[in-house]
Amino acid sequence: MQVGIGLGSRTIKTVTLKGGAVLQRRVVESGFEPHRQALKMLGEHPQARVVATGYGRHLMQQHADLDIITEIKAHALGARHLFPHCRTVLDVGGQDSKVIQLSEDGRIVNFQMNDKCAAGTGRFLEMMAVSLGYGLTDFGSAAAEADAGTPINSMCAVFAESEVISLKNRGIPPAEIARSVHLAVASRLAAMVSKTGECRHLVFTGGVANNTTLVAMLENALGVPVLVPEDPSITGALGAALHAGCS
Amino acid sequence: MNDAFQVHSDPELWEELGMDVARFSGMPAMLTGAYKNIFLSQHNRPEKMSYFDDMVANIHTGRIREIHDAKKGGKPVIGTFCVYVPEELVVAAGGICIGLCGGAQGSIADAEKILPRNICPMVKSAFGFKVGKICPYFQVVDLVYGETTCDAKKKTWELLDRYVPTHVMEIPQMKRERDKRLWLDEVKDFKAAVERITDTVTDFDAVAAGIRTINAKRFALQRLNSLRHHNPSPISGKDMLLIEQIAFYDEPVRFAQKVHELCDELEQRIGLGVAVAPTPTPRIMVSGTPMALPNWKLHHIIESAGAIVVNEESCIGTRYYKDLIDEGSKDLEQQLERLTERYMKIDCSCFTPNDDRIAQVFKEYEASGAEGIIDYCLQFCHTYNIEAVKLREACEARGIPFMSIETDYSPDDAGQLQTRVEAFLEQIRG
Repeated sequence: MQVGIGLGSRTIKTVTLKGGAVLQRRVVESGFEPHRQALKMLGEHPQARVVATGYGRHLMQQHADLDIITEIKAHALGARHLFPHCRTVLDVGGQDSKVIQLSEDGRIVNFQMNDKCAAGTGRFLEMMAVSLGYGLTDFGSAAAEADAGTPINSMCAVFAESEVISLKNRGIPPAEIARSVHLAVASRLAAMVSKTGECRHLVFTGGVANNTTLVAMLENALGVPVLVPEDPSITGALGAALHAGCS
Repeated sequence: MNDAFQVHSDPELWEELGMDVARFSGMPAMLTGAYKNIFLSQHNRPEKMSYFDDMVANIHTGRIREIHDAKKGGKPVIGTFCVYVPEELVVAAGGICIGLCGGAQGSIADAEKILPRNICPMVKSAFGFKVGKICPYFQVVDLVYGETTCDAKKKTWELLDRYVPTHVMEIPQMKRERDKRLWLDEVKDFKAAVERITDTVTDFDAVAAGIRTINAKRFALQRLNSLRHHNPSPISGKDMLLIEQIAFYDEPVRFAQKVHELCDELEQRIGLGVAVAPTPTPRIMVSGTPMALPNWKLHHIIESAGAIVVNEESCIGTRYYKDLIDEGSKDLEQQLERLTERYMKIDCSCFTPNDDRIAQVFKEYEASGAEGIIDYCLQFCHTYNIEAVKLREACEARGIPFMSIETDYSPDDAGQLQTRVEAFLEQIRG
């Protein structure tokens, strides 16, 4: 049995594999002591080989006997397993976004990660949703149904928030602003994908890929189909579990 | 060693230099902690690193006292921010030349009270040191010599002049004949200015002596860097970076001698097969913007992730010592021309075009036996940041693993940088 555990900025995910098939997958809030939460989740499979990934991977290594890999490698492995032809992975999690280019045989040849700011991340979308009075699930659907809105120029979370407030105070309906926020994020992600290299067989992973409005906008901006796993948030944990099988 | 190490304090001296002693008094303890954690925790360091450990222990005291005493004895002290300012001519006039670039987060808030926030952290850090009176080197210099390599610097000098006399050299941004003539004129003006300050006339013999002294310092660093390239590495990248940083504030003759002593030890280590990291350790070359003291952020992340840094293609690195001045001049005019020629070989990204730098990067990549390049760009350094595009293309064409990072001195992106560096190492290991 192999377990992959992803300690992300917002949630902890585990994927348990047995004989190559997914036996179990779980997503829980990180809480204030992520390693305790993670150890509790791992306690269910004491005999398993474990690989940790995500921001908390080093913390986990201090508390348990396990191997670690970066989120970049984990998402590459996971995406490639789900979509064997995948050559580009876009992962947007809570804290950062990354684009990974893979060679034909699946090796990482290049990757990009956002710099020290929250622009184009789950956290950014969440902040914008809160300031517009939406929950994370209805944020996307509201944006999908709205009219084309005023463009948001600022991609800095702090400035974008004041831009959103000034739009609200001009009487622009929240759904329209929600659409603008989505368009801005989609265009930022599309630029990041284009900058990393040729975009072929793009797989979109991480929790933000659950936002179907954003996926549609991204397809539109890039002009290519965007493949989304059935449960995109566990792709990294899946990759870690797969790595546990080869280590 | 680890427990005994302490960065020394000398509040009396600091008071005399007009420093903000109350604020600065916490600094030695902070630096002691950081240095123990980052440097003294390393395994199997060369013994001759002890001199450089002492240079850090005395960074705010012993070395300052030396400079201060020399100054009282009539030696002028000139601060600089760039490897373009010809220190040979300062040494020729009997002066002391100190590199003042700032590499600390702590002084940035001081700078941001005056300067815009969205400019280079090195410029902000240096300016903040002066404004906050929290750098003994800045306090001990008689004047500073700035240059026009970037917009942030050249406009900051206008403001810095309010705190300390600040002269500016014009660095050309192209390398045509007329640019070289401009630079020669600037060098002559600089020589005249140094002579005015020191109240001396630097003749042929004096300039020859200045060139010999600084050539010897650069040569010692060349020797050290080529020994350091040995695989497996006899010295860590962090220790090498530290020595490259100390080169800017130590006394040049003593420094060169101590570097040679270290080189002798490294030769023995290589002979005996003593290394700081086992053979399959990934070898990383760093290129790009300089890392001024005490900026050890990227090297520490790389080496903590299980790799070793084997070259710094940077102003605080090979750009400072890769070229020497021809010592065979017959007269003063020829000396200044040859000095100018040497300085025109510096491949700073402020020049356009600057394709020589790309060639230099590959030369050093080959020589160092590196397996990948991490291009380091300080935030808002437009010229290096844009040049990274060409460097990336050139690396991709040669199949060299390449990653560019943009960062500043704050610790808040350390987690992201760690992930990126580790992923880069995974990519190299395959």
